[in-house]
Amino acid sequence: MTQAREPFLRLRGIRKQFGSFAALRDIRLDVQQGEFVCFLGPSGCGKTTLLRIIAGLEVQSAGTIHQAGRDISALAPARRDYGIVFQSYALFPNLTIFDNVAYGLVNRHAGRDAIAARVAELLRLIGLPEAGDKYPSQLSGGEQQRIALARALATSPGLLLLDEPLSALDAIVRVHLRQEIRALQQRLGVTTIMVTHDQEEALSMADRIVVMNHGVIDQIGTPMEIYRDPASPFVADFVGRVNMLAATVESAGRVRIGARSVACASCNAPAGRKVRAYLRPEDIVARPIAAGDPNTVAGDPNVIDAKIEKIEFLGSYCLVRVAAEGLEGQPLTVYLSLNFLAEQGLQAGSPLRLRILAERMRVFDA
Amino acid sequence: MAAVLDSAAPVRQRVHWTDRTGHLALAAIALALAAFLAGPLIAILAQSVEDSRGEFAGLDNFFAYFGTPALAQSLWNSVWVALLVTAIVLPAAFLFACAIARSCMPAKAVFRTIALTPLLAPSLLSAISFIYWFGNQGVLKDWMQALGIEQIYGAPGIVLSQIFSVFPHVLMILVTALSLADARLYEAADALGTSRARKFFTITLPGAKYGVASAAMVSFTLVITDFGIPKVIGGNFNVLATDVFQLVIGQQDFQKGAVVAVFLLAPALLSFVVDRFVQKKQTSMLTARAVPYAPKPRRGFDLAMTAYCLAVALLMCAVLGMAIFASFVKFWPYDLSFSLRHYVFGIIDGEVNVAFLNSLKLAFLTATAGTAVVFVGAYLMEKTHGADWLRPGVQLLALLPMAVPGLVLGLGYIFFFNAPQNPLNFLYHSLAILVLCTVVHFYTTGHLTAVTALKALDAEFESVSASLKVPFWKTFWRVTLPICTPALVDISRYFFINAMTTISAVVFLYAPETRLVSITILNLDEAGEIGAAAAMAVLIAATSLAVCILYLGIGWLVERRTQAWRNLK
Repeated sequence: MTQAREPFLRLRGIRKQFGSFAALRDIRLDVQQGEFVCFLGPSGCGKTTLLRIIAGLEVQSAGTIHQAGRDISALAPARRDYGIVFQSYALFPNLTIFDNVAYGLVNRHAGRDAIAARVAELLRLIGLPEAGDKYPSQLSGGEQQRIALARALATSPGLLLLDEPLSALDAIVRVHLRQEIRALQQRLGVTTIMVTHDQEEALSMADRIVVMNHGVIDQIGTPMEIYRDPASPFVADFVGRVNMLAATVESAGRVRIGARSVACASCNAPAGRKVRAYLRPEDIVARPIAAGDPNTVAGDPNVIDAKIEKIEFLGSYCLVRVAAEGLEGQPLTVYLSLNFLAEQGLQAGSPLRLRILAERMRVFDA
Repeated sequence: MAAVLDSAAPVRQRVHWTDRTGHLALAAIALALAAFLAGPLIAILAQSVEDSRGEFAGLDNFFAYFGTPALAQSLWNSVWVALLVTAIVLPAAFLFACAIARSCMPAKAVFRTIALTPLLAPSLLSAISFIYWFGNQGVLKDWMQALGIEQIYGAPGIVLSQIFSVFPHVLMILVTALSLADARLYEAADALGTSRARKFFTITLPGAKYGVASAAMVSFTLVITDFGIPKVIGGNFNVLATDVFQLVIGQQDFQKGAVVAVFLLAPALLSFVVDRFVQKKQTSMLTARAVPYAPKPRRGFDLAMTAYCLAVALLMCAVLGMAIFASFVKFWPYDLSFSLRHYVFGIIDGEVNVAFLNSLKLAFLTATAGTAVVFVGAYLMEKTHGADWLRPGVQLLALLPMAVPGLVLGLGYIFFFNAPQNPLNFLYHSLAILVLCTVVHFYTTGHLTAVTALKALDAEFESVSASLKVPFWKTFWRVTLPICTPALVDISRYFFINAMTTISAVVFLYAPETRLVSITILNLDEAGEIGAAAAMAVLIAATSLAVCILYLGIGWLVERRTQAWRNLK
């Protein structure tokens, strides 16, 4: 096997054992130069442990790490080449913003003027050119986190590690800052790994997402791959909202859900197997039933009539739970826009005609 | 590309040289604690199972001890006095603490300050004062005898004096315990229409029970291990603490002295273990989401509490005031005119000028060197990593001094450092050994203060520094130390005051040229110069007070210089 390019960061067989608890099991991962990678998973999945192992703040029980061709597996944090930003910012509260950003520069015996120029450049880069004389407590949370980012980038590290950098911030600041971080990362081209439990954050920022669960990597892929083609029930369930339906395989490309036989492009399990069918709400297209529509739809097996059970208002979109005919009590959730609901005069009890997008449905063994 | 195989051997991080320096510093602290704490304690244990020729004697010394009725009697005396004092001081201090933490009593700070004044002087100040009140020539001797107590010398005097001197220690613990209340519990109880008594028994008391247990242990231990009070007012009533001194200094019976020391160590060790357990429970009681309790005015309750605290404060002032008054009196009880006679006598004839200077030197060195060692030790434990095999040992040795009574420590120092084969033998009878002993004696409180301050710092400062390739000591110097200076001032003051007032450990260790003012009080009292003894005790209290005010000023300056960033807007 040949690889197109030597990866910038290469993890092989990383294991971490805390007593009898295996926090990480045989992690294998390549990160390319300039890539933005997100570790995504629920709390306790090992994503932060993995980041801290890459930083050398924790020591793996086994396995190797290579960064830029150099074996850093056993190196102390100070011997590695990275900048890090923590959820708590960890800004030095008794030092000015200038001194905070310059903290790593001073130690490199750069000249006073060179340091001042570099700090000014960084503060401009993060959009806080005037902040130098202030203390961290005088800045907002979002500003403090940007300073932490500037401090981490000051020494131009080859790798930027972000440990849930946005979790402590307000929702609006969070959305704003994630665009800024992404733009900054792309401008500087610095290889970046970010740990997050927020799927929206991962989907919107990352080049590739590493979905982790119980100490193993469930899937590595682009945000679109992760969302559209989840490799496991866990990924399907954890990233985005999903309808999970008990089903039985009828033949290749067909599953039986309740009393209905539905086309399912991705299904190639042997007939008779019990499976779970995963279907995202947006992959069910709904329209009202018009007066002239035929009662039964003989032609398309993926068209189902349903009745609205409950509407959960979420703003411009609503989550609509429907009881579909023949699904034997397995309700479906679909997204409907507020305008659509209003125009069609839909409410609880209204009938709907649904079409399931056969090519989007994924099945996994039950 | 070659396949990368998992290596079976566990990965070990190569230690960076800066971290290695930290490990060396930690090892130095561990070594110091081993030499100046573990060594002396082991020496005591060894001595207690040896005969006078140094042969292993098993438990013979213990059997011999119980075979001496007088000594066994002391054990019983110590225990019942400690129990009685605890039974009295606990409810009394609890009520006082309630007034401070749970009422809207006016002038809380004043009451609290008055209640804490006994901490400024050696514990025996109260004993001297009670002699003036109830002694052979005491003002209120007749009242006391009317109550059926023949004389103050003995158990009555010890109990009274101990109540006075233990009160502030117990009060501090209980105020902390009662301040840690979650207002939401009371609001929930109010919403359910709960009666006041029920709230007290279902919320207040359960919330403070660990504090109460801890306070009881502290009280018992302080009383049983205190030396000054029974020495001054004990008369013929012997207790363990005075026995140790008698056996070791008077009769040179080191083996029996070691046995008594083991008895003194036992309850202290027990209370230490219980206290550690209790502390863990107490902290888990209060979550980060708790809303601090703020008392609301309640006329009757507040008035009753004020009356009670006023009474206690008056009694406190009466004890302290009598010592001050008597120290300025010409010839008690015949000529009560003002005179500096006792001060002059104490300072000139008692040669307290030397002793006073020694005490100041000791206090200063303890307050500086001790604070530095304690803080660096706490920092290395809290904020550095690696050298994990050292850490449990250092942790234990840092907490252990709390469980070691001063008398036991002092005795251990004699056994350990007086041994001719000990390479540290040269320290014996020096001022240095007094400093070392005092630092170790009060190590734990300083350590815990430093740990609390360090725990309040972001845990990732060191990780950030490492990623920026800044060695940890630079961050220690530029960030950790400046942020923690208020805690340093606290630790330093604690060391200073205790070094000024301590008697129990150093009483075994001083030499003529290194005698301390707290010890000269004992000698003056022994020589019958109780007026001069009172004068010297007051002198110490006044010095402590002046130092406290000085520290207040330092604290204010430090706050302004290093903590300005806290109050920016």
